[in-house]
Amino acid sequence: MTIASFDRVTRRFSDLVAVDDVTLEIPEGQIVGLLGPNGAGKSTLLSLLQGLRRPTSGTVALFGGDPGDPRRRVRLGCTPQETALPETLRVGEVLDFVGRHFPSRVDTTELAEQFGFADLLRRQTGGLSGGQKRRVSVALAFVGDPRLVLLDEPTTGLDVDARRAVWDAIRDRHARGATVVVTSHYLEEIEALAQRVVIVDRGRVIADDALHGVLGRVARSRVTLRTSDAAAVTALADNAAVVGARRRTDEARDAEELALMVNDADAFVRRLVASGADFTGLGVRGATLEEAFLALTSRAQSVAPATSVPAAATTKGAL
Amino acid sequence: MSIASLTAVHTKYNLLETLRVPIAVIGTVVFPALALLFFVVPNRTVAENPAYATQAIISMAVFAVMVNGLFSFGLAIAENREKPWDPYLRTLPAPGIVRVLAHIFSTGALGLVALLPIVLIGGMLTSAQASAWRVLAGLVAVAVAALPFMLIGMAIGFSMTQKAAIAVIQVVMFGLAFAGGLFLPPIMFADWLDRISMFFPSRQARELVIWAVQGGELPWWAWVGIVVWTALFLALTLLLFRRDEGRRFR
Repeated sequence: MTIASFDRVTRRFSDLVAVDDVTLEIPEGQIVGLLGPNGAGKSTLLSLLQGLRRPTSGTVALFGGDPGDPRRRVRLGCTPQETALPETLRVGEVLDFVGRHFPSRVDTTELAEQFGFADLLRRQTGGLSGGQKRRVSVALAFVGDPRLVLLDEPTTGLDVDARRAVWDAIRDRHARGATVVVTSHYLEEIEALAQRVVIVDRGRVIADDALHGVLGRVARSRVTLRTSDAAAVTALADNAAVVGARRRTDEARDAEELALMVNDADAFVRRLVASGADFTGLGVRGATLEEAFLALTSRAQSVAPATSVPAAATTKGAL
Repeated sequence: MSIASLTAVHTKYNLLETLRVPIAVIGTVVFPALALLFFVVPNRTVAENPAYATQAIISMAVFAVMVNGLFSFGLAIAENREKPWDPYLRTLPAPGIVRVLAHIFSTGALGLVALLPIVLIGGMLTSAQASAWRVLAGLVAVAVAALPFMLIGMAIGFSMTQKAAIAVIQVVMFGLAFAGGLFLPPIMFADWLDRISMFFPSRQARELVIWAVQGGELPWWAWVGIVVWTALFLALTLLLFRRDEGRRFR
């Protein structure tokens, strides 16, 4: 069942097109990662779903209706975009205030424990650290036992442990039935949470697939090796497959350290061995979402393909 | 969640937020009291005449709720709209009328506190006279007459940035205060000015409160005016709230 959708939605801000003809469906039960560089339109997409903005053209539907209608937002949970809690109120009071808007509520103590601030309920929010505020903010999205949760950069400013705790809490809430849309430019975060990834750039959806699908579509592996014959090795990777290369000159051994993004690592290695070119320290690993993302967005076009790098290059790579 | 229960929740937390920084309330309380001390009390022709003194104090009371309505509502709303907590509040399932009513019941109620020093100073330092229940009726009248000012303040707050709001509020405040006969009594107005004055909510408020405290006849245009201003600006405020998209973000 689709609980939220964009149908050919465009949103302009005077001369700027923040969202450009986006069609997107969010079925119940998914964790959707919304990924893109700053200014790509992620936050505008969320604000359209929250009823904070109206589309210039097209239709945004939330639970089958207009998100501007408060009744449609009864099963919607959101986070403040920045850590902007009312300073003079206590943490428990903020949770209570927000919770009272919803017919069914999650128990405050339980939520506080899950997000790791059970000891802070009596503190005024103005006295919390940035990371503590962030955790309270994310928890606010879940107070009303929502069916759809929109999380905008949920772990910005958190240390590694806190970030993992929040991820666990989000996954647990998802397992209990919440559908989640999460934006991030921490690619690690999308990898850890999302089942489906929507990549947005300049207001357009440029990829929309299952997490492994997005990885499979770019299907890049990162191959690293040292060689004295960089040109020959680089030539082995077929043109279309190479996304970028990083070259470092090792003066002492007169060998170059190459990092190639290739489409099919197995085929590349076979060709490499068959070619008889010398190499040491071969390493192959799957591409991270960041690498996949860079390859997919138009920004990748400004990155010189490795095959165009002159053979005798001793400069540092372009990527 | 019903509008009544949501309004109660918003009112409670608005009050809590404000009362934890009590200095914010002090400004609204002190300003009209000082105006009374500087302008009315030393003016013995007014202060020693019971009827004039009572009217002068009523003018100051109306001025007090007007200042509160314009500044506390207009500025606070314009300021809040520039903070990220406000867009978050708008994602909660509460209609605009809840926010408007909660402001009236919290900030508006605190504004009535400003009347206490005025009544006290007026009672002790001038020959103003009114029985206890007349004072009470006057307070109720002030509370009702304050509605248009609060809604005008909210409409300003929802339609412009804080910096613009400060300028607009000051102009509106002095315009309303003067045209409403709060600084100079309408009895000193030229005929044409007196006529124009009747269209202003400040003048209507003054007449309503004078009627409640001193008796006599309530001119029909006073209560009709208050009802019209209230309805007009309630509709405008709700419209502005719905159309408000905060600051422009990408």
